[in-house]
Amino acid sequence: MAQITYRQALQQALREEMTRDARVFLMGEEIGEVTLTPSKVTEGLFQQFGPKRVRDTPISEEGFIGVGVGAATLGLRPVIEIMTINFILVAMDQVINHAAKIRCMFGGELSVPMVIRLPVAQGSQLTAQHSQSFEGWFANTPGLKVLAPTTPHDAKGLLKSAIRDDDPVIFLEGLQSYSERGEVPETDFTVPIGLAAVPREGSDLTIVAHGFAVRRALRVAERLEGEGISAEVVDLRSLRPLDMETVATSVRKTHRALCVEQGWPTYGVTAELASRIQRACFTDLDAPVERCGGAEVPMPYARTLESAALANDDKIYRAARQVLTESGMLGRGVGRDGGAPSGNGVVRSGTPARAVAG
Amino acid sequence: MSTVSPTERRLETNLSDDELLRLHRLMLLIRRFEERAEEQYTRDRIGGYLHLNIGEEATVVGTSTAIQPDDYVFCSYRDHGVALAMGASTQQVMAELFGKETGVAHGRGGSMHLLDVKRHFLGGWGIVGGQIPIAVGAALALDNLEKPGAVLCLFGDGAVATGAFHEALNLAGLWHLPCVFVITNNGYGMGTSVERSSAEPELYKRAAAYKMPGERVDGQDVLAVREATQRLLRLARDERQPSVLECLTYRYRGHSPIDPGKGYRTPEEIEEWRGRDPITLFAQRLQERGVLPDNGGQGIVEEVDREVQEAIDFALQSPDPDPSALYHHIYGEAAVEQFARMAPGAPFGERSISPGVVTQDTAAPDTPDEATLN
Repeated sequence: MAQITYRQALQQALREEMTRDARVFLMGEEIGEVTLTPSKVTEGLFQQFGPKRVRDTPISEEGFIGVGVGAATLGLRPVIEIMTINFILVAMDQVINHAAKIRCMFGGELSVPMVIRLPVAQGSQLTAQHSQSFEGWFANTPGLKVLAPTTPHDAKGLLKSAIRDDDPVIFLEGLQSYSERGEVPETDFTVPIGLAAVPREGSDLTIVAHGFAVRRALRVAERLEGEGISAEVVDLRSLRPLDMETVATSVRKTHRALCVEQGWPTYGVTAELASRIQRACFTDLDAPVERCGGAEVPMPYARTLESAALANDDKIYRAARQVLTESGMLGRGVGRDGGAPSGNGVVRSGTPARAVAG
Repeated sequence: MSTVSPTERRLETNLSDDELLRLHRLMLLIRRFEERAEEQYTRDRIGGYLHLNIGEEATVVGTSTAIQPDDYVFCSYRDHGVALAMGASTQQVMAELFGKETGVAHGRGGSMHLLDVKRHFLGGWGIVGGQIPIAVGAALALDNLEKPGAVLCLFGDGAVATGAFHEALNLAGLWHLPCVFVITNNGYGMGTSVERSSAEPELYKRAAAYKMPGERVDGQDVLAVREATQRLLRLARDERQPSVLECLTYRYRGHSPIDPGKGYRTPEEIEEWRGRDPITLFAQRLQERGVLPDNGGQGIVEEVDREVQEAIDFALQSPDPDPSALYHHIYGEAAVEQFARMAPGAPFGERSISPGVVTQDTAAPDTPDEATLN
């Protein structure tokens, strides 16, 4: 099996699907003739497939996402890249009010087989308007599917599933993951939508995460292992549909759950998870479900502030200790000694900002 | 409202008598359908919003009947007339307004989301301007698939102020897509006049910004509208040149049944427009040419009355959608398996408190304040 990057894996998926199905075409800003997107996933595809299959657009997200919706209703399979997730806000009407609604409001007579790829990034001093993770907004909307692959393997397999799917799919990519390497089969394979993965098994605590937060969760699990604690990590891969079966099976085994997300937890993905876990695993839990996410502030610029605002490794580690303490597995006070928020409510993180940026 | 050119055209056309009568009949059908729909609304058989085409029949029929079989049509939520002119079943359109399973959207869309995919009418869209980029996407699909047709996209004067209009027309112009953008300018976006919403009230002039031809036509003259639309569709199909057509027309009614349509325009203005009623004008011209049969075409009026009455009867007798079908048409078939691990036994991850039981709201209906029902 070949070791390739997350970026290469996504590109393979696009190239294979475009070769397999002439209805698949790409659209986005600077994805073709010049490839100045942060992802650079489409590099070389314009030269291979030409300007109609790889269509460069002006800065016009509402326009070209709408164009994608229309093209999809007539049977094409658009794969749209938005430079980063933040820029889709100007096109939300087309996503929520149109793409997500069409099948239902036209009684099943029309459908929108479209993929919108959204790179998500935090922690590179990108500041308030470019550091957001509002996948919960999409995952809240019936009619949409929301995927968030963490590994190169899943990036390729899930993107192929998304392109072949008959419904609009929001596809979240980790901007910090593009250069990550991993094993990816060269064969034509897909990863099913709605199936979580368990990249690390453990018996004392379940850490549930998606996207870049999975990588942090895995690092925290490693650290906990050094302290004699066995943490299991569930990588959701798919937010809507959500694989609660895998999550609940894990929590029933470990009796403790910590849910992590990069974005704001309030009304977020972890809120949904916590609610579902307490319902599915009420009698199995040895401690209340804990949640960990970004600070409830617009992302500040300065490194010290940004580092404190991130759902950083240290914050996740302390949240994990908190769950273990509350369950009685660790002595009372250990978690707090380990680092509760300081008096003014700002978390003093020990993680250097650049390490966080990845 | 800009004044309509007083020039009345003579009936110079190559259309056969049958074709002329077909246009006349369609306008009558729309007028009658809308009048009866309004009446059914007041009888509480139709809910939600109801946007009527009364007064705009020449623009609706002139544009919708100008297409070729390979073309596609999109329009706004004021869509009953377009659906009928496109040949959708009068019965199924009325049934949709009644929210019945037999409706064109199986009772899921209602008044604003009519469609007839077989006849290439792709909706009825509820957000002002939202359908314009989607129509451009349909044109792009035709282009990519090297299909022969063009797209006709209708919207109101209010949509011209949206960002979606600008972005969509820019993309269509930039990419040379086969699309004709029709502004049904009835003078008002809800209660706001064109003069109060557009820095350039001659809306067709906006076409220049997208390197497109822009034209203005008397929207009360069905043949003038039809001729212009046909010509611009040919331009789109044959030369990949998109364009803008502004049709000057008027809605006699308010924006919707709750809007009496009087607070923002004078009775004199409404009367003036009624003096140029598109159906009366066309009937006069047909009469002059001797095309109208017996008694000024009274037979056609009666035929149309019957057709609409039959549609109402059909809608009344049609079944409501079964509540157990609530989760139909939300996702494609694959979703059933994809969502199976989210909340087993319940659709799309929903927590089902009583599995298999679909509840109905048995409380007295909470009617929103009438003023909010625009």
